[in-house]
This record gives sequence, C-alpha cells and structure tokens, in this order.
Amino acid sequence: MDSNNAIISVRNLVKSYADFKAVKGLSFDVYENEIFGLLGPNGAGKTTTLEIIETLREKTSGEIFVDGLSVDQDANAIKRIIGVQLQAAGYYPNLNLVELMELFAGLYGVNIKPMEMLEKVNLQDKAKAKYKALSGGQKQRFSIATTLLNSPKIIFLDEPTTGLDPQARRNLWDLITEIRKNGTTVVITTHYMDEAEQLCDRVAFVEHGEIIALDTPDNLIDQLLSRGFERKKEVKKANLEDVFISLTGREWREG
Amino acid sequence: MNKPYNHTKATLALAKASFRSIMRSPSAVVFTLAFPLIFILVFGFLGGGGIKVDLAIAPGSDLENPVIKTLESTSVVKLLKDKTAAEIDQELEKGNIAGVIDVHKNIAPQPAYLADVRYTSAAPDKGNILKSVLNNLMYSLNSRDLKPSVAEFRESTVHGRTYRTIDFILPGQLGFSLLSTGVFGTAFVFFSLRQTLVIKRFFATPVKRASIILGEGLARIGFALLGAIFIILIGHFFFHFTLIHGALTVLNMLILSIIGLVVFMGFGFVVSGIAKSESTIPPIANIITLPQFLLSGTFFSIDHFPVWLQPISRALPLTYLNDAMRKVAFEGAGLWDVKLQILIMLVWGVGIYALAVKVFKWE
Repeated sequence: MDSNNAIISVRNLVKSYADFKAVKGLSFDVYENEIFGLLGPNGAGKTTTLEIIETLREKTSGEIFVDGLSVDQDANAIKRIIGVQLQAAGYYPNLNLVELMELFAGLYGVNIKPMEMLEKVNLQDKAKAKYKALSGGQKQRFSIATTLLNSPKIIFLDEPTTGLDPQARRNLWDLITEIRKNGTTVVITTHYMDEAEQLCDRVAFVEHGEIIALDTPDNLIDQLLSRGFERKKEVKKANLEDVFISLTGREWREG
Repeated sequence: MNKPYNHTKATLALAKASFRSIMRSPSAVVFTLAFPLIFILVFGFLGGGGIKVDLAIAPGSDLENPVIKTLESTSVVKLLKDKTAAEIDQELEKGNIAGVIDVHKNIAPQPAYLADVRYTSAAPDKGNILKSVLNNLMYSLNSRDLKPSVAEFRESTVHGRTYRTIDFILPGQLGFSLLSTGVFGTAFVFFSLRQTLVIKRFFATPVKRASIILGEGLARIGFALLGAIFIILIGHFFFHFTLIHGALTVLNMLILSIIGLVVFMGFGFVVSGIAKSESTIPPIANIITLPQFLLSGTFFSIDHFPVWLQPISRALPLTYLNDAMRKVAFEGAGLWDVKLQILIMLVWGVGIYALAVKVFKWE
C-alpha cells in the first residue's frame, strides 16, 4: 500500500461522441494493491473511463498503460490480467452458477474449481441456482466471483453496491477488502461517500469529464475543513445506518 | 498466466454453455422436435390408406346383392349405411360424400338389379373417382361370364419400392425444422445476448469474436443434428421411412442438414442485426420462414403449384434442401448426385453471409 508503483496510468484521456465530450483530458495513476475510487455524479464520465481502461471502448486520444501494457497494442494481454464487473451485465440464460463458472473458466482459459470460486463469495449453497433467481447482493457477489477466475492483478467494480441493503453492502465491503488483502488492485466507482471513505485508499472526483480532486479521503476532508467548512448539524457519534444495522443485525441476509 | 491463450478451449466452453442453454429452452425444443414430429405423426397415420371416397347407401336399398358385396371389398370406397335421406342430401350438397347408391331388385327379368347412383358436384374429383370405380365394377360384374369380343384386358403391376407419404413428408419436415431452428434460434440468441449485455461481458475476457460465433454455431448444429437423428429414426422405425442405404443414407442426410442449417443461420444473423426489439424478431423471421414452409415443397410437391408460382419456389434454398434430402433418402443418391442442389444452397449461403456481415451488430 505504501509503495507508489503505478499499475494503471492514464494520461490526457479524451473521449468524444458525435455531439459531446464525455471525458476531457483525464490523467491519474492507480497504485499497485490500493483500492482506488472514482466518484462523481451520474453522467460524469466514470463508466466511460473505466470501460476504456478495460479495453471495452475506443478512446479518442490519450495514453493508457495497464501493468505496462498499452490499451492500443495489447488489449488482449490486458484482458488476461484484469477482472471486470460491469454496471449492468447479463449472464448466459438457462445456466446455473456452476455452469456459468465453467463457461468463464473456458473464456479466460484457466482451470478452476467452480465450487471453490463460489465459496470465495459465499455462494456455495446457490451452486445449482440460476443467476436470475439470485438476490441483488448475491448477483453482485457472483459477478465479482467471475472477475476473480483468472487471478487478475486488477479488478474493476462499477457501482457494485448500488441498490443493495445495508447488510449486503457491508458484506460486499468485507469481500472487497479481502480481495485486496490477497494482493489485487481494486478500482471501484460508487455514489456512496461513506462507502468510499471506508473502503478507498485514494479517491478521484470526476465531474463533467474532468478530475476535480484526487487524494486520500482523509486529506480531502481535512482540506475541506481547512477552508472553513462546517456541518450544519452537530455530528453525533452514530448515524441512522448504524441504528439500522444495530437493530436488524449484521448477519448474512439472503433475500 | 504465461501460457498462450487457448481459443479452442474458449470456443468449446461457449459451445457447451450454449448447448446446455438450448436444451433447456422450451421454444427450441418445440420448434425443432415437437412441431416436425406432430406433422410426421399426422401425415404418417393419414398416409397409410391412400385415397378414399365416401359412398352412402340410400335407406331402403337392398343390401344382399353382388353390387354392394363387391363395393364392400373395394378399398377405395367407404360405404356409409346408417344415413337418413335428409342427411345424405345435405352431405351430398356439401361434397362430404361422393355419392349415394340405391340398389333394388328389378321387376323385369333382366338385369337382376337396378342401381341408382347420384354423384356430388361439390367435390368433383371425388365424384369422378367414384364414377370410374363404379363403372369399372359394373363392367366386371356384367361381363364376368362373357368372352371378350374385341380384346381381352390383361393387367399386371410392376413391383417397385412403395413411395409412402412419409417418404415425402419427413424430408420436408426435417428441412423446415432446420430452417426454423437456424433462423429463429440464431436470431433470438444473438439478439438477447447483445441486449442483456452477455456479449459485453464476454468482450471483457480474452475471447475472440470468431470464437463466440463458432461456439454458438457448433451448439446449434449439434442440437439440430440430434433433432434430425431423432426425427429420422422415429420416421424409420414407426412409419417405415425409406432409408435405402441405411446408416450411409442417414449420414448423407446429416451432412445435408449441416449445409442447410449453416445457410439458414445466416438468415438468423441478419434478423438479429436488423430487429429493433425482441418483439420484431418473430415477424421478420416469419417473413423468411413461412414462404419457404409453404412454397418449398414441404407438404406438396412444387410440381403441383401453378406455373407462375413455380419459379418462386425454385428460387428458395429450402426447396433444394428438401429436394436433395428426398433424392438421398428415397432414391439412394449420393452427395455428388445432388451437387446442383448443394451448389445452389452454397450460393445462397455466400449471399446471406455477405449481408449478415453488413448488418450484424455486436453492441
């Protein structure tokens, strides 16, 4: 975490569509083994940026290196060392989780034991279930499991906790922390600032296709306070979500 | 991580996944197996008897006479004995029965019986068949004890292979099954994989586009061949479908099936590319499959179509698949003997894939 080895470097990334510029010259580095957050409102260009790094979208200009590989020349080599969880993705219809795992093992060209992968995300009991039949949290955990198949150096998670209840969200945080502990770099987008504060080592704020701030959550908060910011209401030592969790329990929920 | 990426493995993984998915999809199973089987069952059972015409016996008619006795043993005529005069008149007008016969003893000594027959004009073909059957029967009855004065008519029959209805219907149904699984299956799968972002997720893996197409194609071919084998075996063992050279004929039919299916899948790729939503797939796919279903000799030989319609029939790829299948199965032709049919299918294939490359969409 303290080594500042950039595993992803993005320089002057521009993406233009026919009528508007979605990304206007982004530059940033993601360090090895950190959890890096891309934050910002909808339409700010987070997903576009992510998908360009994942080699799923063409960029208009700029340079991107992922683990020393250029997205222009080595797209396929990059795909082999990253894991991608898309904001909205479907899985092959009519297949159960084990069969989907076998499919992705083939697509990544790796030999894995489907059940072991499902155990990693605590879905072993759902091995014979169809993806459609899973709850929101289970779906996200399964998606993350498919990103881990090729033992990637970096995984990209695009709004993995959107729409989840507090338990499922916390549960996913634990999973993401666990993945990072095993040496994987994590790039995540989210709308939840408490989540970013809790999970991310560094965050970049994206607005209108530009980065308007990039630092550790702590530093960003301190900078704001030093500019004389004060909350309107005195902060209590707990918030309503803490009440929710303490009342309903933190244990695993499926539903 | 350093070993080279294995495209074959990826393709086969996709083929396996797709095959499992198809086998669990009710619509695929219904279109490929159930539909053709129902038609085969219907025609298989219908086909046994050949032509039959219904002849009613008028109430009050004498039943114990040589005319009725001979009619009873004529396989073409089905005698209806318990109809009232009113019912008979009604059905004659509708053409449901071909005619009515009333036999009674003659008061004069010669001939012994009189037979009054009324034919229907509502179904002229049935009426005419009945007329010639009756003429023939009366002639044999009346001339039984006479020496012919002009020429004696001596009949014999050449014994050939029996061409049953199933020999015509089964190849047509097989062709149609391939057409619908090729067009509908392919169109729906690629459209929905694209729409549900399954393909996008695939693109985040190192898999090549060619592997996706090939994997899907292999699965569909595998499934269609299983269906073909099933249809052929049911036809052969339950309805005496003719397979002249046995297993070799089946093999030739399967090779033809693959060629046909690959061509038809091209239509499916085009449909998946031009359909704007899931609900526009069936109409577009039907525009491709229905005319072929009706005009490509699936149920009737295209020789029976009006002359102006025949060139249209002869332009459709299913016509040539059906034609080749029948030649192979019943006449025992080899693949080389149906090279013209195969060539025309391949020409269709080249054309349709050229179009598919233009209109197919990945995202």
